[in-house]
Amino acid sequence: MSVELDVFVGNTTIMDEEVYQFWLDGYTVNDAVKVRMEGGVLEECEASAEVLRSDTMDQYRTFQMCERLLHSPAKLANQLLFQIPPHRQTMLIERYYTFDGVFVREVLGKKLSKGTKKDLDDVSAKTGVTLKSCRRQFDNFKRVFKVVEELKGPLVENIRQHFLLSDKLARDYAAIVFFANNRFETGKKKLHYLTFQDFAFCAGQLISNWTVGALDNMLEDMDVDLEKEFLQDLKELKILITDKDLLDQHKSLVCTALRGKTKAFNEMEANFKNLSRGLVNIAAKLTNTKDVRDFFIDLVEKFIEPCRSDKWTAGDMRLYLTHYTNSAHILDTFKHQVVWDRYMGVIKSCILKMYHD
Amino acid sequence: MPGKLKAKIVAGRHLPVMDRASDLTDAFVEVKFGNTTFKTDVFPKSLNPQWNSEWFKFEVDDEDLQDEPLQITVLDHDTYSANDAIGKVYIDIDPLLSCEAATVISGWLPIYDTIHGIRGEINVLVKVDLFNDLNRFRQSSCGVKFFCTTSIPRCYRVALVHGFVEELVVNEDPEYQWIDRIRTPRASNEARQRLISLMSGELQRKIGLKVLEMGGNAVVGYLQCFDLEGESGLVVRAIGTACTLDKLSPGTAPNTTTHTNTHTLPNTAPTSNACNSPSKDSKEPVFSEDPPHSLSGPPTPLRTLPSSSPPPFSPSKPCSRQSSSSDTDLSLTPRIGKTSPASSPSPPLSEFPIFTLTCFPPGFLVHVGGVVSTRSVKLLDRIHNPDEPETRDAWWEEIRQEIKSHAKALGCHAVVGYSESTSICEEVCILSASGTAAMLNPRFMREGCLDTGGSDHRFEDASPPSCGFVHIPYDEFNMPFPAQLTYCYHCRRQKVPDVLFTTIDLPAEAEVTGKGCLIQARLCRTKKKAQGEVNATSISNLLPFMEYELHTQLMNKLKLRSMNALFGLRIQISVGENMLLGLASATGVYLSALPAPGGIQIAGKTPSDLSYDQHISTMQKRIDDTIAKNKELYNIHPPECIEEVVGSPIPDRQRSSRLFRSTSESSDELSELDLSHGKKDAFVLEIDDTDAVEDIQSLLTDAPIPAGFYSCNTEVMPGIHNWTSGLQMFTSVRVYRLSNANLTNQGLNKIFTDLCENLLKSLYFKLRSMIPCCLCHLNFTVAVPEEELIQVRGHTYLSTPLLSFGIFRWVEGFVCFPGSGENEEQLQFSMEMCGESTISNNQPTAKPSVSSSERCSPLPEGRSRSLRSTRSLPCGAPVTVVKMTPLSFLPGTRIVKYLGIINMFFIRETTSLREMNRKCLHFSEGGVSGFLHSFIAEVFAMVRAHVAALGGNALVSYSMKECVFMENPNKNQAQCLINVSGDAVIFIRESDQEAIPPLLTSRQTSSTGADGTT
Repeated sequence: MSVELDVFVGNTTIMDEEVYQFWLDGYTVNDAVKVRMEGGVLEECEASAEVLRSDTMDQYRTFQMCERLLHSPAKLANQLLFQIPPHRQTMLIERYYTFDGVFVREVLGKKLSKGTKKDLDDVSAKTGVTLKSCRRQFDNFKRVFKVVEELKGPLVENIRQHFLLSDKLARDYAAIVFFANNRFETGKKKLHYLTFQDFAFCAGQLISNWTVGALDNMLEDMDVDLEKEFLQDLKELKILITDKDLLDQHKSLVCTALRGKTKAFNEMEANFKNLSRGLVNIAAKLTNTKDVRDFFIDLVEKFIEPCRSDKWTAGDMRLYLTHYTNSAHILDTFKHQVVWDRYMGVIKSCILKMYHD
Repeated sequence: MPGKLKAKIVAGRHLPVMDRASDLTDAFVEVKFGNTTFKTDVFPKSLNPQWNSEWFKFEVDDEDLQDEPLQITVLDHDTYSANDAIGKVYIDIDPLLSCEAATVISGWLPIYDTIHGIRGEINVLVKVDLFNDLNRFRQSSCGVKFFCTTSIPRCYRVALVHGFVEELVVNEDPEYQWIDRIRTPRASNEARQRLISLMSGELQRKIGLKVLEMGGNAVVGYLQCFDLEGESGLVVRAIGTACTLDKLSPGTAPNTTTHTNTHTLPNTAPTSNACNSPSKDSKEPVFSEDPPHSLSGPPTPLRTLPSSSPPPFSPSKPCSRQSSSSDTDLSLTPRIGKTSPASSPSPPLSEFPIFTLTCFPPGFLVHVGGVVSTRSVKLLDRIHNPDEPETRDAWWEEIRQEIKSHAKALGCHAVVGYSESTSICEEVCILSASGTAAMLNPRFMREGCLDTGGSDHRFEDASPPSCGFVHIPYDEFNMPFPAQLTYCYHCRRQKVPDVLFTTIDLPAEAEVTGKGCLIQARLCRTKKKAQGEVNATSISNLLPFMEYELHTQLMNKLKLRSMNALFGLRIQISVGENMLLGLASATGVYLSALPAPGGIQIAGKTPSDLSYDQHISTMQKRIDDTIAKNKELYNIHPPECIEEVVGSPIPDRQRSSRLFRSTSESSDELSELDLSHGKKDAFVLEIDDTDAVEDIQSLLTDAPIPAGFYSCNTEVMPGIHNWTSGLQMFTSVRVYRLSNANLTNQGLNKIFTDLCENLLKSLYFKLRSMIPCCLCHLNFTVAVPEEELIQVRGHTYLSTPLLSFGIFRWVEGFVCFPGSGENEEQLQFSMEMCGESTISNNQPTAKPSVSSSERCSPLPEGRSRSLRSTRSLPCGAPVTVVKMTPLSFLPGTRIVKYLGIINMFFIRETTSLREMNRKCLHFSEGGVSGFLHSFIAEVFAMVRAHVAALGGNALVSYSMKECVFMENPNKNQAQCLINVSGDAVIFIRESDQEAIPPLLTSRQTSSTGADGTT
């Protein structure tokens, strides 16, 4: 005797969040049943493995049928096939678009192309995330990217509205789209210590300060690209390191402010010129796409690593950057205050976020 | 020209891509009614076309209005080749024909294709203008209301019950016509869908005519069934109870009653019916004089309806596929005699005092005798002349006669809770009918409907309402079967039986001790494969034994739970090629008025062996333990034991009661068989053979219900009263394949029982997050599809000879009560969200597609939106939440309007089963489950959409009448047929009643405006 057909359909679609997670994680039915059994659902309700299997199968089918709708979440709300209460719809969408931190770290900044997709089995082997789940997450990134690419207006808001995601998740996707668009290098060994959340934070900073939409979100352009004019203006900052007087003046101002306030003062004083050159050079080079891609690696190499080897604390870092930024205002021959603030504001918060082990 | 049908095609959305090159579709729509077709313009290159068509007007006879569905076909325009059909929508316009139901059909309806399933949605508007028709010879019966509900609908009051109505229509099945060999599966499926839709329409119209002839205005408990007889044809039959219903108008909102009746109802003359005072003034709500019946109904002012009087003689115009000519004659000829000396001229009588109702107004039911049932085995032959389906009519008539005589034998003059069913396997057909013999209160009846002569004395007994119905209707000294009688434990004046079996719902006034529970008896019997007469004879020989065994099982399980009455008993016997399946489900209760059931004793026939004795005593102990446990579980603690000692009127009553047959069941050929078990004491179980051991095993292996669950197959759960409105309806289908060819009866029984138990376990598991809850109206259906079919279609299985397989299906309403505060809160929460989000959420997030859909909907949305029970969805185009329930009501809510009957038939076919298999490979499951899963989901979606388009927010008395599944893996095909029905309603939560009247009134004015154009 064998079960030929086994179907359960509710008027209001019944879904088990736990099973949904297994499905999202790419478990096979058998694996899901195994895990559920170990989880002790059976003892709770005196059910048999057969019952569990049938239930899991039903749920998997339901999710599979829903998947098409989840690709354009707005459809989920006005489709007629499944009657799903709104809070459940929200849950379904949110979970479907949630991604694994380890996975996203692997593809962050890569081109969302077929080639990348082909390499997903390597990513899967490396991260331990099932290939099926990797594909879903990758396709999600790609789908969001494609939709947002053609839309005008603020990036985060577009994602939130179009995919009905929570604010947090929409911001994360904005970061992913932003990284993919600008192809920031994140895979180098020196950057491995950084988490996705570190990058997401930085992306948020860049989006809200350095893009066209940052100044005026009524503009027709979107805020996936850095503002060209601003990058051009950044070249002007070079005077801070090329003008010897200015550099010395800047140094003495910063050192006066810092003296006695930190244990790392000597290292700061010794390294000032190097560090300042590092930061200003990064700014000056950003007109090159190649250097934009290396933005994070440069930050780490030119600034974070020297500080770390000098054993600066996070407090030292904050103190230093604050004074470094503010002192430039007192330099009477330095005329690029606005650009400087716009640049240093982002650099400061990025470095502070990235300055950890 | 009695009617004008108007349709407008507004827009489409989510259409499939029909042109691969452009990824778009050039869609247009054909609107067809009868032989008239209109077309919209082509809306090029869009998946969300906005047609905004003119009003297409069809001028038609109201006869056609009732029979024909409006057929909407969406096509993709193709310049060079034939236009491709995207899909169809059939709209039953019957709800628009009754003035009290819906006035407009408007909304998004799924576009359905029998091969591809749902393919997008279409927004339509449909209206009907009916003209007054004074033609006395008309063939139509517009205005008669139909209800699937087997009780008096909630916002009506019954003035009179006229009695049984039935009709039957026969046609050739398009699937078996010669043309089917050359046409596509799609064309064949559509021909079938359309034909069944037509036949249902015709059937309903004819039943309506009968009702008008009887002087009624409504059919309650309307039960329509299909018999797919294969080669020999397609039978659509329906039964129901004709009533005269008065609408109850809520005192708070007098305007809510419809007041356009006089336009639409062919109102010829005041009837003899005293309570019907036709009001000429249609604008003013009339708080009419109370009818002469003293009713304990709600004390709200009553609004009477102008009712139509029946034309005095039968339709003379011959109509196509007219059926049951003999029967029509019978019901039209006034019958002589039998009428009690009454005043008014006697209207035509219904031949059968049979009622499909299962739930009654207080005082309606006087006494209940017991279950009466009849089965008859017939050989199908080709229906040569569809216009004269006498044989089918004669078969059913025979069966009803027998039911009637069984009821007579029980001293009853009526049968209530009546239903009919068939099981077909090749050319053999089992016709079954069952009901509950009862005495009814004649004051609800049309004179002469019941033969009450000679039994009047029983009505004079002032039986207390809480126990009156259990008092025996038959003569104590001339009992139809051996039974133990005692004096009623409630009033101590009348005799009651010790056990009562019924097919009706538990009367509201009945006093129950403890809680009820679902009781099932399951049975499997093998039979030899045979053909024709031989086969029929062997089946009819088996039937009585099956009935007997099912009965014994039920009785044993009832005793094991210390209960003494069964309600909602449904015994289903399905025939297969080489086996018969029997499944009896009922809800057991402990009626306080009946005596406490005795225990079960086990006796060995050969009490010689010591170990054997020991075996018996351990068994006995297990049984006693189970009984004690069950008493605890169901909270049955009757005070009986003491009382019995003190003042039992029958002192010599045995502790273990004896078996008696409260049923008078018999098969056609074997009505003489004595099923009453002779003198053996039934509850002394003798374990002299393996059979009995099996019996006891099966008795004890019934898994207990997990804590927090309650289950029953009736409308309400006995012993539980505080319902919340949390609700979940579900359907489940399972097909098992038996691979072992030489199974014994015991082996099969075991398998069958396990299957049922597993199914229940599965259910409990799935619904575990909702406890405490009650599974109500749990309805099992079992079938054994033909073996030959499997063999022909599935050669892959031939290596393991298969016996047969069964389909289990159950349809069910699921309800929570306040113990689960969580559920309640959730609902409240979503209610609150409703108000908020419509204000704040819609504005900023409106999508282009959304706003356009709102714009192009010409209906003022106010009403339906405010009735939505859940908040609008984030994207701003909320879909109306439509609840579905097999119950006739929604707990915690009040039904304010019935919008009409929903009766839909769908066929789905796939020719890419293998592709579905492949798609599902990663969870190693056959594609058939996926196929059926999506089909059932689609059926639900279409039902919900049609309910919403009528303006409703729930479907009550939902049932899935038919679910036939056929598979042919060789041809890569699977096909499924589903028939669903129910009553579309508007409900409001008890708490926000006040909010409704103004809204309803506004709708009223708009509808009046529409009607004013007539």
